[in-house]
Amino acid sequence: MRRIISLLLEHEPGALARVAGLFTARGYNIESLTVASTDDPSLARMTIVTNGSDAVIEQITKQLNKLIDVVKLRDLTEGGHLGRELMLVKVSAQTADQKDDIKRLVDIFRGRIIDVTESTYTLEMTGSTEKVNAFLDALAHVELVEVVRSGILGIGRGKHALKI
Amino acid sequence: MPLNLRGADIVVNCLKDEGVEYIFGYPGGAALHIYDALYWSDAVKHILVRHEQGAAHAADGYARATGKPGVVLVTSGPGVTNTITGIATAYMDSIPMVVITGQVPSGLIGDDAFQEVDTVGVTRPCVKHNFLIKDVTKIAETMKKAFYIASSGRPGPVVVDIPKDITSQTADYHYPEQIHMRSYQPRVQGNSRQIARGIDLLVGARRPVIYTGGGAVLSDAQDALIDLVDTLQYPSTSTLMGLGAIPASNPFFLGMLGMHGTYESNMAMYECDVMLAVGARFDDRVTGDLAKFSPGSKIVQIDIDPSSIGKNVAVSVPIVGDCNEILVEMNRQLKERVGEIDRENVDLWWKTVESWKAVDSLAYEESNTVIKPQFVVQKLFEVTRGEAYVTSDVGQHQMWAAQHYAFEKPRRWINSGGLGTMGFGLPAAMGVQLAFPEDIVVCITGDASIQMCLQELSTCLQYNLPVKVVNLNNQYMGMVRQWQEFFYDRRYSHSYMDALPDFVKLAESYGHIGMRIESPDAVEGALEEAFGMKDRLVFLDIITDQTENVYPMIAAGKGHNEMQFKPSDREGEVQERELA
Repeated sequence: MRRIISLLLEHEPGALARVAGLFTARGYNIESLTVASTDDPSLARMTIVTNGSDAVIEQITKQLNKLIDVVKLRDLTEGGHLGRELMLVKVSAQTADQKDDIKRLVDIFRGRIIDVTESTYTLEMTGSTEKVNAFLDALAHVELVEVVRSGILGIGRGKHALKI
Repeated sequence: MPLNLRGADIVVNCLKDEGVEYIFGYPGGAALHIYDALYWSDAVKHILVRHEQGAAHAADGYARATGKPGVVLVTSGPGVTNTITGIATAYMDSIPMVVITGQVPSGLIGDDAFQEVDTVGVTRPCVKHNFLIKDVTKIAETMKKAFYIASSGRPGPVVVDIPKDITSQTADYHYPEQIHMRSYQPRVQGNSRQIARGIDLLVGARRPVIYTGGGAVLSDAQDALIDLVDTLQYPSTSTLMGLGAIPASNPFFLGMLGMHGTYESNMAMYECDVMLAVGARFDDRVTGDLAKFSPGSKIVQIDIDPSSIGKNVAVSVPIVGDCNEILVEMNRQLKERVGEIDRENVDLWWKTVESWKAVDSLAYEESNTVIKPQFVVQKLFEVTRGEAYVTSDVGQHQMWAAQHYAFEKPRRWINSGGLGTMGFGLPAAMGVQLAFPEDIVVCITGDASIQMCLQELSTCLQYNLPVKVVNLNNQYMGMVRQWQEFFYDRRYSHSYMDALPDFVKLAESYGHIGMRIESPDAVEGALEEAFGMKDRLVFLDIITDQTENVYPMIAAGKGHNEMQFKPSDREGEVQERELA
């Protein structure tokens, strides 16, 4: 099953390598991994999307918790949660028809055109993985120059927070 | 006023304030400031090894025998890579160790400088944690963290990498008495409701077994464990790593389990209805084929590492915490509930267990002409009155030592169980002998293993370490040969040790005493003579039966109920008898 695991870890050099190394060493899957600092500069927040049987997920959370740099961990999938992904897509937009078509699709999906050149549009799309995928599907007839996805950022719903 | 010291002196002061007696090391460029600081140190004694792998194993042996962290000091680059085997050995067996490594100066890191290696990177998969110190004012705090992490929770090796320039800068020295880490707070006390649930299962058992591992030794749980075993009076077995926590002479002890464990231990594991695992991690050499592992049992597992629980085998009642703390609490709760034990059924169970015991699965064919390795270990046990610290390398000799040296106390059996490191035995014995200079320290080894860290014979001379080396010499990598005999149609590919040295002359050239023993009736006398020389290292090269195999055995991929016994000779043909 697909899981979204959220971690707070010490903002130390090498902390990311410890997490990534754990996944390769023990043969766990990583679908996506994002990491950045938080409002507390001593902490980094990481969202890992992984998949595996319940037993594998249990081991993943235990092994992550065992890393000395991991301060706190939550499997967001266990409760209500929100997941959002950012995608940047550069598409070929040469003719007026193509430009209209892309503009219409971006409007429908509530995305934005963030850069325009003579021959390309760069689009920004935020949303659940499903929505981002659906947008890419809708662009099937358009020539994609480049696709960049952030992987999922996750947060739990309601009062519960992953904080120290 | 705090002292203003050089980084190198801060390192040495930290070791002193941590109460470190010995460090094992080898100097080199990036570590020279620290070595300079050691020059003036009386409190911390440095043991100069002959190869950095030996330093790590010696510190490891010291740690296993004393329970205190072993300390290593090496230089950058090859100094570090040479210790990797030793660090990984300690990691697999959860041995507390602090490894201080010199690093090239900060400004050169990443430049492929002379003797540069990414120490934090190459050691990461085999350490509990590691640090690269980039600021001289952080040395003391980092050293404290290193010792705290290494020796608390599930112990393990911690590497502290210090660039050379950091060791020449100065800072005020203050060694923190305590350290708090928000990201690391190992759980010690067990949950008392979980303990009660575990007792529910234990007292209700009809066919119980107690299975203990290295965790029981590491947490010094022997007294509580003996108390528990004596109260429950249940069949009890131990992994290779746990030997000695329950005395071999305890009437409820069935001996070791696993691939070369006793028949009664493995069958009890297979047939039991309730299993209590104490500091044991269900390693593949213990469980055999997981699909066939203990099919009818409910398991209560005590472990300080939550990730060890339910990793390989599903567990009914997990109890996270220190083995000793939990067993003490378990004993306390159990005292009021002993009456609930189903003695009638447990007695019946014991009858079955006794019938397995009667198979005498460790029996071997005695001989008047060739020396049987098992016979040597038994004689060694007699001559040392079972009081020796026994280190070993890896292979057949290791298994015979575990099977036939009846350990009465924990921390006496010192071997590389998890990683299975040949070359461990001799340097580990040095660490043990330093910790216990008055005690008997024996390294049981083989002609292949001993050659992997042989150079440490020189260290033994320098520091007057009267280790006794018992070399079970069959001129083969015995365990490899055994597997080739069983599973590769006797194609003995590269397992024959051609061109062995004359070990007697070799020992003599290192300044020690060498003895060669070739007949069974000379074994006891030679051992007596060797152990009589209390202040000398004696290398006993004992020429043993080349064809002897370790029995009983569970072949890889088989279950506990599929043990293979010593074949009976029928017209010279080797029969493999399988009892189910």
